[in-house]
Amino acid sequence: MTAILQIVFDALSLGSIYALGALGIALIFGVMRLVNFAHGDYISFCVFAMLVPSTDAMSEMFLGSLPTVVLVPVILLIGAGVSVLSEIVVFRRLRDANPATMMIASFALGFILKHFLLMLFSSRPKSINLWPDLSLPVEILGARLPLLQLIAIGITIIILVALSAFLKQTRFGLEMRAAAENFTMARMLGVKANRVILIAFAISGMLAASIGLLLAAQTGTADIQMGVSVMLVAFIATVIGGLGSLAGAVVAGYLIGAASVLMQVILPLEARPFRDAFVYAAVIACLIWRPQGLFAPKSAKQRV
Amino acid sequence: MSFLSVDNVTVRYGRLTALRHASFKMVAGETLFVTGPNGAGKSTLLKAIAGVVVPVEGQIRLAGTVISGAVPEDIARRGFSMVPEGRHVFGTLTIEENLRLGAGMRADKEAVAADLAGCYEVFPMLRERRDAPAAVLSGGQQQMLVIARALMAGPQLIAIDEPSLGLAPKIIDQVYDVLLRLRDERGLTLLIVEQSSTRALLTGGRMLLMRSGEIVMEGDARDLLRGDALKQAYFG
Repeated sequence: MTAILQIVFDALSLGSIYALGALGIALIFGVMRLVNFAHGDYISFCVFAMLVPSTDAMSEMFLGSLPTVVLVPVILLIGAGVSVLSEIVVFRRLRDANPATMMIASFALGFILKHFLLMLFSSRPKSINLWPDLSLPVEILGARLPLLQLIAIGITIIILVALSAFLKQTRFGLEMRAAAENFTMARMLGVKANRVILIAFAISGMLAASIGLLLAAQTGTADIQMGVSVMLVAFIATVIGGLGSLAGAVVAGYLIGAASVLMQVILPLEARPFRDAFVYAAVIACLIWRPQGLFAPKSAKQRV
Repeated sequence: MSFLSVDNVTVRYGRLTALRHASFKMVAGETLFVTGPNGAGKSTLLKAIAGVVVPVEGQIRLAGTVISGAVPEDIARRGFSMVPEGRHVFGTLTIEENLRLGAGMRADKEAVAADLAGCYEVFPMLRERRDAPAAVLSGGQQQMLVIARALMAGPQLIAIDEPSLGLAPKIIDQVYDVLLRLRDERGLTLLIVEQSSTRALLTGGRMLLMRSGEIVMEGDARDLLRGDALKQAYFG
């Protein structure tokens, strides 16, 4: 029983990270049909923003030494800022371009961010000491779980509820949903394209920042590659969920998280190093079964 | 002073010229029908006014301001409301959300509420299902919704591409009743693309006849329809 509970919580907390990542990608894809491969690098950028630039293995906290109540909003703002800047500097100019052109541009932007971090911090992973108290275990129904895992799950739920309230209840949310469905028609009704896209980028950047905070606290390391691996899984989740469907992205994020954790448990010991191969095999099977994704919105189908 | 003036406008899609040196004027409160065979450039003409396609040549003015080259949202905010062909409802939004989106640029909350009530009065079916996603509506109901939504924007000029398409005759009458009433009460200017000419005969107004991207004839709708001009535009 406790073992099962442990698996459930592992799956939920890993799935939370993937779900937040997938949501950030799906939001941008929804309003401008761009798969933003720089999204993963926003995550790393936010993590490294907490450290003093240096090439030493031991890191010194920079923004990370701020009290939590200040640190969290500051990192969220940094995530929103870098995301909004990339829209203004890069993507806005390519808005009418071919989707492939935009995708390549997002790769290029990702490389630039990554190499900017490499320049300041070198490629060596660093230890980062964020909220050490939270890694203490707590006991729930006999299972011993790191407090951080529960917090990660809780925070993700809060973010999902807040975001869905924003989309359902506010004027901006209404405009964003309309724009995701039919951008041109929304503009003909007076919806300001630039404003909707900027808000989407800001939210997406804040989602990247939250992942950065959660990952840094969970792993205790700052690694320039850390965002990229999340980005890859998150992108796959958006495809499985049905590109353009926000709910689909979240559900698929949790599904992949659950699949990874389950494989870790049920695979024979010798096969465990190849866990990801099994996860991706399941992904391929899923896409053969439903090529349009689990929750493909009608609007995405019409447009192609 | 003309309210809308389209002056020598040319639109190209790649190497295809969809609209060639189109010029016409509209005064406030008038009704103008645009008719002609498929591919005549009628929809392109509306899209050019709406800012969805940008003319390579020529100028469009709305109430004295040049709008050619402006983005669609700015043109919409100047009082131009467009109903493009093909029922673009937001299927995942509820019916009421669709209507509220149409009214999004208006600051006069009370007038919006009154218009929404008026809109539900004309189309009771929309009120009954206002919390349902628009995707569940039938084709004709969706057509009603997009016209109602365009009117919720409180426009001075409304352009509708094929309002009658797929609607039952009784509903077409209703739609035209509303449009003509708004024209008479508020001075709403109507720019209507219709392939069927019966409506123009009933309603009256001016008419443009288009063919292969050009405006080939302009005049009183009833005169044009009585003569051979229409036949010539299609077959000549």
